[in-house]
Amino acid sequence: MSTVTVQLFASYAESFGTSALEVAVSPGTTVSDLIRHIRSLPGSEIVRDSARIAVNRQFAFPDQIIEPRDEIALIPPVAGG
Amino acid sequence: MRRSAVVTRPIDPAAIVNEVRSSEFGAVSLFIGTVRDSNDGRQVTSIDYSAYMPMAEAELERIIANATEKFDVAAVVVEHRVGPLSLGDVSIAIAVAHQHRAPALAATNFLIERIKTQVPIWKLEHYADGEAAWVDPTKVVASL
Repeated sequence: MSTVTVQLFASYAESFGTSALEVAVSPGTTVSDLIRHIRSLPGSEIVRDSARIAVNRQFAFPDQIIEPRDEIALIPPVAGG
Repeated sequence: MRRSAVVTRPIDPAAIVNEVRSSEFGAVSLFIGTVRDSNDGRQVTSIDYSAYMPMAEAELERIIANATEKFDVAAVVVEHRVGPLSLGDVSIAIAVAHQHRAPALAATNFLIERIKTQVPIWKLEHYADGEAAWVDPTKVVASL
């Protein structure tokens, strides 16, 4: 078991009341496992199924495996432009 | 010339056009996005833009690389501003130069559409009634 830091931004940071979550992950944990776990936490009501995770500054695939040293972020719906 | 940046200072569209201009190109396309005074029927007074900076910059680079390959454009500059913006402020400017107008215009359209869905930048809108809300373009509005 190791811990990863999940960065939060914008509406998600506001909803969780923090800019980062510490999440314990076991070897083989995937991006979709991580989203499922985050959606079980208090403050996660606004996080939908369609939430996207970025790993090392790129959008990740649902079955991508999380490595302990990855830079991870939960990306709210983007609204640039 | 290929450059992108997420900036906190005002954007100067004329300077960006000058960066891509060259006598080898017959067409320069410029897109400017500005802060609008209304959204979803509400009166907007200002917008705070924020970003996941390192990823926003990386994603802009990836989108530009994609556009240069797809449309064979060599001259592309994109600047996106973050921080507190007032009505009418320029939030994004995209300049593309090409020998001919069609690829320049197509690449510009491709860039803004991709940027809007892929770059981790967010808008907190402030309204005339004192409320504020995060803009969610994916939100499904229930119809009565």
